[in-house]
Amino acid sequence: MLFELHRVSASRGGTEVLREVSLTLPEGASCVAGDSGSGKSTLLRLLNRLADPDAGTIAYGGRALGSMAVLELRREVALVPQLPALLPGTVAENVAFGPGLIGREVEVGSLLELAGLPAAFAGREADRLSVGEQQRVMLARALALEPRVLLLDEPTSALDARARDRVEETLVDLRRRLGLSLVLVTHDLAQAERLADRVVRLESGRVVEADGDRRDAAQPAGAE
Amino acid sequence: MNAASDVTFAQVAATLGLVALAVLVSLWQRMRLERGIAVAVARSFIQLTAVGFVIQLVFDGDSLLLVVALIAAMALFGAFTARRRAPTVPRAFVPLLVALALAGTATLVLLVVLGVFRPEPRYLVPLGGMVIGNSMTAAAVALSRLGDEVTASRREIEAALALGATATQAARPLVRRSLRSGVIPLIDSTKTTGVIFFPGIMVGLLVAGAAPLDAVRLQLIILYMLLGSVSIASVTAVVLAQRSFFTSSHQLREPASPRAARG
Repeated sequence: MLFELHRVSASRGGTEVLREVSLTLPEGASCVAGDSGSGKSTLLRLLNRLADPDAGTIAYGGRALGSMAVLELRREVALVPQLPALLPGTVAENVAFGPGLIGREVEVGSLLELAGLPAAFAGREADRLSVGEQQRVMLARALALEPRVLLLDEPTSALDARARDRVEETLVDLRRRLGLSLVLVTHDLAQAERLADRVVRLESGRVVEADGDRRDAAQPAGAE
Repeated sequence: MNAASDVTFAQVAATLGLVALAVLVSLWQRMRLERGIAVAVARSFIQLTAVGFVIQLVFDGDSLLLVVALIAAMALFGAFTARRRAPTVPRAFVPLLVALALAGTATLVLLVVLGVFRPEPRYLVPLGGMVIGNSMTAAAVALSRLGDEVTASRREIEAALALGATATQAARPLVRRSLRSGVIPLIDSTKTTGVIFFPGIMVGLLVAGAAPLDAVRLQLIILYMLLGSVSIASVTAVVLAQRSFFTSSHQLREPASPRAARG
């Protein structure tokens, strides 16, 4: 099992946003769906320890999350946050940022292509990109960490339908080619159905629905 | 009057005529600053006179221990005052206190070691006051900017943390910008000194009858000294204070209310 949450409660800004949530997220593609304020983004932040729960336990690959080295965990479980979250500088500087922290060099061009952007984007200023391009740079930036799991926070919420479809195709392709597990947060239930093997629905910080394992077309290489 | 040492209270009182002018302007333009001006005049008179007596005591005592005690007291009050100017920085008092104490001590020790001034109260006390005062202003500006930067750049910081950056690495661009804002005003005033304005020390010396080039040399020493001390204070305060925004697990803390941030 990729993630196991047991009676997890968490708050943001002094307000409790997750209430005794217990759920499991298997390898493959899982989706946490819910309306704004349902606690789904907070849940994602707990999985790579940008925040810790007030109560309850979270395990990753059978190990308690709190017992793992936090920086290694964040490289292995990479978060693609909501826009806008690019760092100042060029696209290349953004993509190379994470690996550069541990002295590793990366092929920026190939990572951009993997995320669905031409390699020529490397020299562009990050703040001059369209929303869809920014989203892909954030994807390439996370892929540069060579993660095992990608956490995606509303990856298409700012995109039009055509750009959304293309990002979804990229995600399916990444699963197939790299064997990545995905945990996707979205308010769009239809998208959850399209992309995920397992859908968990949150409402006001509680799990109201967790369907079974529905994996079919998007079976990734290397998944359990 | 021929020299500053001859100044009498009557002459000080006479300059209140200029204060009256300020009050008249305030009344004329309905600025409602008359009360503020009155309080400022009264406080400056009381505070400076009191400090004059204290400094006289320290000079008479001729003890370095008294100098250290006076500078420690200035650092303490300086940190207390600066903390209020950076309400969005949690637990800012200790970083400010360390910054002011370090800036004061390092600067004065260096000035003595380099042979610029003799280790005597008549030099160390006024110079210490200048160092602490300017360091306080710079550190407060830098910390205030740091608080604003953290508030405005939460997404940027968390994006860096999410990519495996440590808290220090994630805060580095903000720290850099905050430090610049603390030190730049003094750099600017140093650049324009003598062209756009005459600094206080030089004016004081000239009025007291010193030769212009003597006044210039002392003023230059003071300006260069302040550049060093302001940098020490800003970097110490910002580097120490930025830690309070993060947990030991490299997580950005939830923003605290200004009231809760005190201490």
